[in-house]
Amino acid sequence: MWTMYLKAFLVGGAICAIGQILIDKTKLTPARILVSFVVAGVILTVLGLYEKLVEFAGAGATVPIVGFGYSLGKGAIKGITENGLIGVFTGGIAATAGGIAASIVFGYFIALIFSPKAK
Amino acid sequence: MMKNMTKAEYEKYAQRKSPDSPLAKNIFFAFLIGGLICMIGQGITDIYKYFGMAAEPAAGATSITLIFIGALLTGLDLYDNIAKVAGAGTIVPITGFSNSIVAPAMEHKSEGYILGIGAKMFIIAGPVLVFGTVSSVVAGLILWLFRLY
Repeated sequence: MWTMYLKAFLVGGAICAIGQILIDKTKLTPARILVSFVVAGVILTVLGLYEKLVEFAGAGATVPIVGFGYSLGKGAIKGITENGLIGVFTGGIAATAGGIAASIVFGYFIALIFSPKAK
Repeated sequence: MMKNMTKAEYEKYAQRKSPDSPLAKNIFFAFLIGGLICMIGQGITDIYKYFGMAAEPAAGATSITLIFIGALLTGLDLYDNIAKVAGAGTIVPITGFSNSIVAPAMEHKSEGYILGIGAKMFIIAGPVLVFGTVSSVVAGLILWLFRLY
C-alpha cells in the first residue's frame, strides 16, 4: 500500500515538473499549460496509454489536470460502448460532471464569501 | 567516505547537490509540492475506499474534495503563497484548476455577482472546459467512425 503513495508522489511530481519546464523554457502561460495537459490527457487516454499510468500511479496520474482529460476520454469511450453516437457527446461530460459542478459551486461561493487581500 | 568529509568538503558537496539555477530550483519545488498534493489525493482516495466506496466514485469524490480544498485555500489567500514557491506544482494538480476559478472570481467581484464572479470565474477554466470537451468529442467521433472502441 505504501508503494502506491511513493508512486503517486513520483508520477504526480514528474507531471508537475514537466509543467514547470514548459513554463520556464517556453512562452506557454499557465492557462495554456492547463489546456495542453487536458488535451494531452484525452489523446493519451483514447490511445489506451494513460489508463496504464493510472493503474500504476493512482492519484499520481488522476490528480494532475491531465487526469481531467483522462476522465473525459474514458467517459467518451464508455458513452460510445453504451449508447453509440449520442454517447460521444454525453460520455465525457457525464464522467466529469462531479468535478465540473464542484468547481462551479465551490468556486462561486468561496469567491462570494472571501475577498482578495489588498495588494 | 561520507563520514570522513571535512566541513569545507561537505559545503562543496552540498553546494553541488543543491539546486542553484532558478530552473533547477523551480523544477525541484514543482516536483516536491505537486507530488505531495498527489500523495494527499491518494490518501483521500484510500479513506473513501476504506469507508466502502468503489474505486471510480472514490476517485470522483477525491477530485471534488481537492477542488474544495483548492478553492478554500485560495479564498484564505494561502494558495497563492504556496504557488510562489511551487509554480507548476500548484498549477497542474486539480487544486490549481480550482484556484484558477476562485482567484479571478474574487478579483472581479466588484463588477457584480453575475458579470463579475459569474463570468470572470471562467477566464482560465473556460478554455480548459472548451478544449477538453472539444477534444473528447472529436476523439470520440473518430473512435465511433472507425469502430476503434
